[in-house]
Amino acid sequence: MELANYKVYWVFPVFLFCFLTFNNGVVEASHKVYLNLQSVSPVNVNQVHRTGYHFQPTKNWINDPNGPMYYNGIYHLFYQYNPKGAVWGNIVWAHSVSKDLINWEKVEHAIIPSKPFDQYGCWSGSATILPGNKPVIMYTGIIDKNNTQVQNYAVPANLSDPYLRVWNKPDNNPLVVADESINMTAFRDPTTAWLGRRRSRDFKNWVKAKHPLHTVAGTGNWECPDFFPVSVRGTNGLDTSVLRGNVKHVLKVSLDATRYEYYTIGTYDTKKDRYIPGKDMVDGWKGLRYDYGNFYASKSFFDPAKNRRVLWGWANESDAVMDDIEKGWAGIQLIPRTIVLDPSGKQLLQWPIEELETLRGNRVELRNNTLEKGERLEIKGITVAQADVEVIFSFGSLDKAEPFDPSWDRYDAQKLCSQKGSTVQGGVGPFGLLTLASENLEEYTPVFFRIFKDQDKHIVLMCSDATRSSLADKSGTYRPSFAGFVDVDLADKKLSLRSLIDHSVVESFGARGKTCITSRVYPTLAIYENAHLYAFNNGTETVKIECLKAWSMERPGLMNH
Amino acid sequence: MRVLFATMMLMVHLHGFPQEKDQNLIETTCKNTPNYQLCIYTLRANRGSINTNVAGLGLIMVDAVKAKAKETRNAIQKLKGSRPELRNPLNECTKGYNAILEADVPEAVEALTKGDPKFAENGMADSSVETVLCEDRFKQGKSPLTRLNKAVRDLSDVARAIIRNLL
Repeated sequence: MELANYKVYWVFPVFLFCFLTFNNGVVEASHKVYLNLQSVSPVNVNQVHRTGYHFQPTKNWINDPNGPMYYNGIYHLFYQYNPKGAVWGNIVWAHSVSKDLINWEKVEHAIIPSKPFDQYGCWSGSATILPGNKPVIMYTGIIDKNNTQVQNYAVPANLSDPYLRVWNKPDNNPLVVADESINMTAFRDPTTAWLGRRRSRDFKNWVKAKHPLHTVAGTGNWECPDFFPVSVRGTNGLDTSVLRGNVKHVLKVSLDATRYEYYTIGTYDTKKDRYIPGKDMVDGWKGLRYDYGNFYASKSFFDPAKNRRVLWGWANESDAVMDDIEKGWAGIQLIPRTIVLDPSGKQLLQWPIEELETLRGNRVELRNNTLEKGERLEIKGITVAQADVEVIFSFGSLDKAEPFDPSWDRYDAQKLCSQKGSTVQGGVGPFGLLTLASENLEEYTPVFFRIFKDQDKHIVLMCSDATRSSLADKSGTYRPSFAGFVDVDLADKKLSLRSLIDHSVVESFGARGKTCITSRVYPTLAIYENAHLYAFNNGTETVKIECLKAWSMERPGLMNH
Repeated sequence: MRVLFATMMLMVHLHGFPQEKDQNLIETTCKNTPNYQLCIYTLRANRGSINTNVAGLGLIMVDAVKAKAKETRNAIQKLKGSRPELRNPLNECTKGYNAILEADVPEAVEALTKGDPKFAENGMADSSVETVLCEDRFKQGKSPLTRLNKAVRDLSDVARAIIRNLL
């Protein structure tokens, strides 16, 4: 009897061993090895990378956020959606509503191809509340299979429906058609106000401006422009129509060629109808970005309920399309962020909206923990795969900071991060967090700082590195070492970091929102209860965790079900 | 006679010079791809490459990807019968080629015809990745699909390079 039992147990591991090594001479990549024998709960393989608290519909492809607005107590988000599959195509404007920007209720699609002026597609656009509290949507319509694009508008069918479920497209569409002087196939994504070559006083009649608002040669196609004022004093947002006073303006464009977004801060000359970037601004591929990672097609809106400007951005998937088809969805919206002008006036600051904090659950806190070189400290007691972490690191001295080699490109943070990853020892840094880490660090996504000495200044590099994020077959898949420089005064010898971790996304904010980086990752081991979170230091200078607070994040009650 | 002469000159003007311009467009476009010979060969084999623009050349190349991917998918089906011991990697490859044919190619075609070329680039970039993922399923030297995977990959990479001109 005893022998028989022993035999049974003996067979089991041998079976596994055979399966793994003699599987027909084939290297069975651990592409789908999610089931861990120690797993507490069963895993739905297809949904292991769905986010817990980020905006996404229940299935299918999404891309650009469209027409975000606040109207009569309700926040609206429209977004590009494919009702038929998990890749881009057959695009319609899907629509969700919310009272708090966190819980979202799906309503019927707002705009679908239905008229001659949009029968081949209803692409990105904006919403505006016109005087008299009248919302209107402007969107790009595709009218034929020859890339011809026009600008249309739509208005609510019933203004007393708080959810604005139904939208009408008046017959006097299209509102704007490209003329010969414009490339008709690169004429998209209208933003309200008067961006581009068209101006309108009454919104119905558009006149081509004599000159574009702003141009930069050699940057390729621009899309999803955004143009808005920011207050020079204080942190209140401003309605888009504000032109004068203590304001500067921000112009943001998304560049097709790099899939990155860039912004400049400058002044809008109302008389000349021109935007002039500030003198120290870098315009184009080397300029400031909202986010140095996976963040695109962003759109902002003014929220009059809380007097703030809120930014939406889209992150696509970084896995293979085959995986997207299998899991049945692709694309998420990132957590909405408030935008304000940094007191220096040189850049913007972003921070997750305060309503996100209502999802914070179980909390753990650490204070005054030291990290010597090579040490890491595990943060336990929360659901680390669905978490919000805020930490302040401090260090005694900057003397050990490694020199910034003059041959390095000062505008290519990503290249520097790929060469100097989290395991490459340094002077002051690398230190930070290891997110979505497996127990033996076969998988991890580090978010960290490294400080360099540059003559009499210091340069701070912030990285969010997907290189080792997953054991799944990496051939040709996208595992970038996203990075940005942080323009921060190190006089108090502290650096802060906040990371929002949510299964397949890590959104990080350095120095209270000076530098933001979003990564998409697909761990196979570091999932659910098997994910770990560490603070680490690989620099010779000792680093201290002044204060670390971490929360489990709950799921919103409503997410587009 | 004069009318005939004028008409002939008009026809030569309409068809003679544009052909030269088209050849130049094909050559310039192909020079910006990782495989000039393959690009030239594929485009010239298609009569639609005359009198079209860069997006049109892109569509021709995407069509070539589609044809070769179909051929590969058919080959995979046959191999499932003749090489049952390779069933697992072949099943994974089927998923990859289904992704190419049912998602990447249609996405690229829609994006090129309607004018948002970055999604066409995404489609062709993924198409290339799927071939590599398929090839990697097999132990070194044991893949029966190497030639076909490489063909689809090369065509996808050329298509992607053509599309990048539109960004």
